[in-house]
Amino acid sequence: MEKIYSRTKTIQEDKVSGFCPGCMHSTVVKLIGEVMEEMDVVEKTVMVTGIGCCGLHMDYIAYDTITAPHGRATAVATGMKRSSPDSLIFTYQGDGDFASIGLGESISAANRGENITVIFINNGIYGMTGGQLAPTTLLGMKASTAPKGRVAEEHGYPMHMCEILNQLTAPAYLVRTSCNTPQNVIKTKAAIKKAFQNQLDGKGFSMVEIVTSCPTNWGMDALTALDFIEEKMLPEFPLGVIRDR
Amino acid sequence: MARVLMKGCEAIAEAAVRAGCRFFAGYPITPQNEIPEYFARRMPEVGGVFVQGESEVASVNMVYGAASAGTRSMTSSSSPGISLKSEGISYAAAARVPMVYANISRGGPGVGAIQPAQQDYFQATKASGNGGFEMLVLAPSTVQEAVDLTYAAFDYADRDQNPVLILADGVIGTMMEPVELPPMKSDEEIAAIRAGKAAWACTGHKLDYANRSWIQPGQWDTKKMQQENEKAAAMYATWEQDVQVEEYHTQDAEVVIAAYGISGRIAKSVVDICRSAGKKVGLIRPITVHPFPYAAFDRINYDVCKAVLDVEMSIPAQMVQDVRAGVKGRCPIETCLCSGGNIMSREAILNTVDAILAK
Repeated sequence: MEKIYSRTKTIQEDKVSGFCPGCMHSTVVKLIGEVMEEMDVVEKTVMVTGIGCCGLHMDYIAYDTITAPHGRATAVATGMKRSSPDSLIFTYQGDGDFASIGLGESISAANRGENITVIFINNGIYGMTGGQLAPTTLLGMKASTAPKGRVAEEHGYPMHMCEILNQLTAPAYLVRTSCNTPQNVIKTKAAIKKAFQNQLDGKGFSMVEIVTSCPTNWGMDALTALDFIEEKMLPEFPLGVIRDR
Repeated sequence: MARVLMKGCEAIAEAAVRAGCRFFAGYPITPQNEIPEYFARRMPEVGGVFVQGESEVASVNMVYGAASAGTRSMTSSSSPGISLKSEGISYAAAARVPMVYANISRGGPGVGAIQPAQQDYFQATKASGNGGFEMLVLAPSTVQEAVDLTYAAFDYADRDQNPVLILADGVIGTMMEPVELPPMKSDEEIAAIRAGKAAWACTGHKLDYANRSWIQPGQWDTKKMQQENEKAAAMYATWEQDVQVEEYHTQDAEVVIAAYGISGRIAKSVVDICRSAGKKVGLIRPITVHPFPYAAFDRINYDVCKAVLDVEMSIPAQMVQDVRAGVKGRCPIETCLCSGGNIMSREAILNTVDAILAK
């Protein structure tokens, strides 16, 4: 019988993921691994992981990785890529990491047009620390540090990183995808592949923002969380290619 | 080799280039701007990389990244900027990533003053970031010494896989002196140094879980975290062999001055003036301020020594605590201090020495 699908070799078989049931980190990490294998770039790829749940996979991926301080992944990636230009360097960051504490590093690396790839996981909440307000939390959405929900007058509005970075001249590719449906998973994988290819082609800064769920901290089961993405998250964070040059 | 006239900051940068440093990231702050400016001009000539980071925080993390890819890498700043770098330094120390950084220190605390000071001693020697890690901290008192220590710092960093700090001050950084520069490492030597790091450098490896590069500034497993700290502590314990100190006319000294960096140099001139006037004054000048040369204080002749005089451009005094630990109560300890960006005056030291001798 012909084998048409198997687990990506970039994930170690005897290791257990630390992700909660229904968490889409595991989906994205799998997609990244599949793309690496399909592009035959495993031996030159480094994942720069942020702080938070986005670091939970470090123990079970089988390729090179470094942990950056909270928010500094694009700065670490800048140093790595500039001093090892033949490596494929991507950051893997959550919304607190990329859009809050690391906002300065994120915008500056994009503005320099660093030839790196950012995988930005937007689930609208701080996961590992237990559901605090994120820069991407929806208006009205409850968080442990906003128990009555996000209020514009107090917390401001959700930040749209693709659109913010689209104000800059340098970035090559800015795209927002989701993993809430099989179709969107396929599109996410294609976007990751394109972002990696951009780096190989020397096109400069590429970012794939992936709208995902956090059932645990949203206080929902996994399936309800999928509906929440469709009904609440995507109207706020519309999917599509924002920049491709 | 012919000597050349160079400013301290530029000489430090050139020494780093000659040691094989091929990545520098920094952010402007007085009085160390000549370091990034020099690298900006120099790095393209040697195939190296200069990046002006968007902040000290970003710059030190760029260096953490470049050094993790196996490149000899450096950053620099001055006091408040060094505080911002403490995050990245702690990460590099935890992950055992070799890097070099220089503090051309100025007045503090806070934004302090842009003029020279030695207010960062505790930060440099005791806690340059969270977590209780340690570093070799080298404190030059001349531009030549700054060159030599910077050149050596990269070897120390690679040997220990640990950050090394050059603790200079605004005087060393901004004054010009003739220096003899060390030999330029060849491209082949630099490639060999980098090749030596291939096993752990994070640049991509064959798909092999056990032998991949995993730069870890922390551990999920508490037992493993303790083991890493035990390994680091064992490494720190080897630094006794690296202690450097200048002991000058201490054997018969009735007053032994303890001073480092530019204060040490000014104090040395005081010793010469005193000796020419028949006054028995000596100097202990720590060159490594961490590890501190405690043993030098055991070699003082306490039968004749009336006091050890701690001289620092810091109020309150900081190094005096290490001096106290070295003297162990065998004689009184006096201080001669200035702060706020004021440079230590020779007259102030002389007057304090005379007052001790007159007792």
